[in-house]
Amino acid sequence: MSKMKEKKRNEVWEQMWGDGLGRAGIILLALILVISIIGPILFPFDAKDVGTSAAQIMEAPSAEHILGTDEMGRDVFRELLLGARVSLFVGLTATAISILVGALVGLISGFYSGFMSNMLMRITDFFIALPVLPMIIVLAAVFGQSITITIAVIGLTSWPSTARIIRSQVVSIRERQYIERIRALGAKDSRIIMIHILPNVLPLIYANTVLVIAGSILSEATLAFLGLGDPVSVSWGTMLHYAFVTGAAGRGAWWYLVPPGIGIVLVVLAFTLIGHTLDKIMNPRLREY
Amino acid sequence: MNMLEIKDLSVHFKSRAGTVHAVEGVNLWLEKGELLGVAGESGCGKTTTTLAIPGLLPQNAFIPRGQILFNGEDLVKKTEKEMEKVRWKQISVIFQGAMNALNPLQTVGKQMIEPILLHEPHVSKKEAEERVKELLEQVGIEKNRFTNYPHEFSGGMRQRVMIAMSLVCDPELVIADEPVTALDVMIQAQILELLKKLVKKYSLSMIMISHDLSVLCELCDKIAIMYAGRVVEYGYAREVFTHPKHPYTVKLLHSLPDIYGEKVFINGIPGYPPSLITPPAGCPFCERCTERIPECGSRVPELVDLGGGHYAACCRQTEGRAVV
Amino acid sequence: MSKLKYIGKKLMQLILTLYAIITFNFILFRIMPGDPIRLLARSGAISAESIARIKELFGLDQPMWMQYFIYLKNIVTGQFGISMTYRQPVSSIIAERMANTVTLLAVATVLIIIIGIGTGIVAAMRRGSRLDKTFVVASMVGWSLPTFWTGLLMIVVFGVFLKIFPISGILTPGMQYATYSQVIMDYAKHLVMPTIALIIVDMAQFFLITRSTLVDVLTEDYMLTAKGKGLSPRKALWRHAMPNAMLPIITTLALYVSLVIGGAIQVETVFSFPGMGKLMYDAVLKRDYPILEASFFLMAAVTVTANFISDIFYTIIDPRVKDI
Repeated sequence: MSKMKEKKRNEVWEQMWGDGLGRAGIILLALILVISIIGPILFPFDAKDVGTSAAQIMEAPSAEHILGTDEMGRDVFRELLLGARVSLFVGLTATAISILVGALVGLISGFYSGFMSNMLMRITDFFIALPVLPMIIVLAAVFGQSITITIAVIGLTSWPSTARIIRSQVVSIRERQYIERIRALGAKDSRIIMIHILPNVLPLIYANTVLVIAGSILSEATLAFLGLGDPVSVSWGTMLHYAFVTGAAGRGAWWYLVPPGIGIVLVVLAFTLIGHTLDKIMNPRLREY
Repeated sequence: MNMLEIKDLSVHFKSRAGTVHAVEGVNLWLEKGELLGVAGESGCGKTTTTLAIPGLLPQNAFIPRGQILFNGEDLVKKTEKEMEKVRWKQISVIFQGAMNALNPLQTVGKQMIEPILLHEPHVSKKEAEERVKELLEQVGIEKNRFTNYPHEFSGGMRQRVMIAMSLVCDPELVIADEPVTALDVMIQAQILELLKKLVKKYSLSMIMISHDLSVLCELCDKIAIMYAGRVVEYGYAREVFTHPKHPYTVKLLHSLPDIYGEKVFINGIPGYPPSLITPPAGCPFCERCTERIPECGSRVPELVDLGGGHYAACCRQTEGRAVV
Repeated sequence: MSKLKYIGKKLMQLILTLYAIITFNFILFRIMPGDPIRLLARSGAISAESIARIKELFGLDQPMWMQYFIYLKNIVTGQFGISMTYRQPVSSIIAERMANTVTLLAVATVLIIIIGIGTGIVAAMRRGSRLDKTFVVASMVGWSLPTFWTGLLMIVVFGVFLKIFPISGILTPGMQYATYSQVIMDYAKHLVMPTIALIIVDMAQFFLITRSTLVDVLTEDYMLTAKGKGLSPRKALWRHAMPNAMLPIITTLALYVSLVIGGAIQVETVFSFPGMGKLMYDAVLKRDYPILEASFFLMAAVTVTANFISDIFYTIIDPRVKDI
C-alpha cells in the first residue's frame, strides 16, 4: 500500500516539476526559504543599530546600505532578511491552526449527520459569510497586539473555507457505495475515516493548505501594516507600517517601500503558483492538450 | 453523383503523447435517400469520421489529407463561416448522449427554433414555433411541452427531442451518432421504430453510427465496418451480414449471440486494437487475425470491389483467396 | 420545498445571522482586556464620582443582560452609540463617510466586472494560447499583490515622481469651484488612484474564476450542439455558454464583497480617502470602540446580505432547482 502511495507522490512531484508554473513556484519557494534561513545569519539585523544624525534617516541606497536606511537610520537590507523569517513563521503557523481546525470540522460534519455535525455546519456557514479583514481587525483591536494573537486571529478566521471544501468532499465520498458495504461488514467509524475517507481527502487538503498559506501571509502583512501587528517584531508588514506612518511614501523613499512588498509578493506568488498547479493536477479538466 | 463522397480521408489528433492517427485513408460514399450504418468498436474512428463531415472536430484535430465531397463541393476546403451555413441547414446531427446535449437553462422549444431563426431569417417566430410543434408531435411528444426544460424530460424523451431538433431545418443529411446507446432496450426499440418512420416520411439520407451491429441491422441499407481508423468492409447491409468478407466482420458477427439458437460459447476476439500513435506497418487487424498470410504484416490492403457493390480491405480477398 | 419557501428560509437565516453578529459584537467588545472605564476616561487616576458618572453615561452600571437588551434596542433604532474621539453620535459620522466609500466601491465593481470577466472570456476562448498563459500568470501575480502596497507604490510613482494624480483626500484642499462639474472633475481625479489600487486583486480573482468556469462550460456537450447548429463562436458564447457560466460566478459574490471591503479599508488608509475604511483605521489607532463596533457591524451586514442574495439568485435563475 505504501509503495502505491510513494509512486503517487512521485507522480505528483513529476507533474509539478513538469508544469512551467509549478516549477517556477517551487524554485521561488526554495530560494526564499534559503534566503530566510541563511540571510539573517550572514547579515544580522540589530534593531538598536540606529543612525546617529538626521541625514542618516531614510537615506537612499548607498555603498554602505544597499537598500538605504529606514526611519531610524537602520539598514533596510538586513531588516528585510529578518522580516522574511517572521512573515513565513506567522504564515505557516496560522495555516497549521487553520487547516487542523478546518479539516477536523470538515471531516466530522461531513461524515456524521447528527445534531452535532449540523451545528458545526451552521457555525461554519456563519463564519464564512463574514468579511475577513474587518473581522481580523476587530479581533486584533480587542485582544491586543502580539505575534500569538496575530497567529490565532488569522488561523481562526480562515478555517471555515477549508472546512466547507473538505465537508463537501467527505459527503461525496461517504455516499459512494463501497463505504456502505464496508459499514455493513461492521467496520468502525474511525477506521472508515482514517483508512478510506482521509486518503481521498488528503490531496484536496494539500492543495488547499498551500493556498491558505498564501492568504495567511497576506493577512499578516495587512494586519501589521494597519498597525495591529506586534510592534516589536520585524516582519515585512511591520516595516511597511513604519514606512507609511513616518511618511516614506510622501518622501519618495522607494527603497524602504518597495523591497518588503516585493518580498511579500514573491512569497505569496510562490505558494499561489504551487497551489494552483496542485489544483490543476487534482482536476485534470483544466489541463491543455 | 453520390450525395456524399469521402475520399481518402485522414484525421489526426495532436496530443502530448504524440500524433494520434484516428482516421486513416477512409473511403465512404452515400447516395441520396440511403441509410448508411457505420459500425466498429470504441475508438475505431467512426465518430471522428462522421463528425468531420460537418466540421465538428475538436480543436486539436486536423485533416492532413482527403476530401469530403457533399453534392460535389469539398467541405474540407470550406472556411468556418461557410461551414456555419451548411451546418444544420444541410447536415444536422443527432448527438450521442442527449443527457447533456441540450442547454439546461433554455426551454426545449427555444433551443429548437434557434436554428430555424438562424438559417431562415425570413421565417417568423410564430411559424418556426408551429414547425417545431409539428415535429414534436411526429416524434411522440405533446405540443405543449414546447415550454419545458430539458431536465423535465426522461432520457428517452430527450433523445426524441434531439431527433426532432435535427429535422427542423429540413436537412439533406442527418448524422445519428449512437442514437440509442445510452437508452435501455425497450426504449431502444421505440426509438429505432421512430427513426424508421421518419426516414420514410421525410425521405431522409442518414448516416448512423453504432457499435451495436444489431441496431444497424434494423435500419440500414448499406453498412461500413471500421477498425483502427480504417474502413475494412463496405456493402449492402444484407450482403455484409449474410456473407461477410473481412475476417474482422466475421468475428464481429460471431460474437452476437443468437437468441433463438442453441447455447454456444461467445467468441470474443482476443487481443487489443493497435496503437493509433504508432500504427503497424501492414493491415491493422493482422495481429489478431486468424486468417493472416505473410503479406498482411507488410502491406496495408485497399478497399477493393469484390463485385455487387461489396467491398473489403483484406489481403486474402484481393489475392482471390476467399475467407468464407 | 418550493422556491418561495426556500427564499423564506434563507431570509430567516439572514435575520438570524444578523442577530448573531450583533450579539457577537456585544460580547466581543465587553470581554476585552483592560478596564473600560479607564479607557473611556483615558486616564489612570479618576475619582469615584467620575467613575459613577461615566458608568451612568455609557450604561455600564446596569446588569449585563439589561445592557444587552438596551444594546439590541439601540441597534434596531439605528443608534450606535457615541464616538469617543469625535464626541458625536456614531451614526452621523458614518453617514458622512458612507457616500465616499460607496462611490469608490461602485466604480471599482463596474471596472472589476468588465475587465475581470472580459479578460476571463478572452482567455477561456483562447485556452492554451500564449495570450491565455500570459493572462493567467499576470492574474496570479496580481492576486499576490497586497492592496495596500499597490497603493503605496502608486503614490510613490504617480504621486511623487510623476505627479499626475492627487495622492490623498477626496477634494483638493482650498480649491475654489465655479461650477458643479468642476467639483465632480476634482472628485473624479481623486478617485483614480485609490480605484486602480483597489481593483487589481479583485480583477485577478474574477479573471481566474471566469476563466475556469467558462473552460468547464465550453467543454459541455450542449456547446457542441450549438456549434453543430451553425452558431458562430460568438453567438454560441453569449447565448449558451455565458448564462451557464454566470451561475457559478454569482456564487462567488459573497467572497468578492468580503475581498473588496478589505481592499477598500487598505486603499482608503493609504490614500487618506475619507470613507468607512479610513474611519475604521483611525478608530483602531485611537481605540474608538463604538466606531469599530458600528463599522464592523455594517460591513458584516453588507457581506452577509450579499451572501444571501447570491444564495437565492441561483435558486431563482436555475430552472433545474425546483426542490431543495
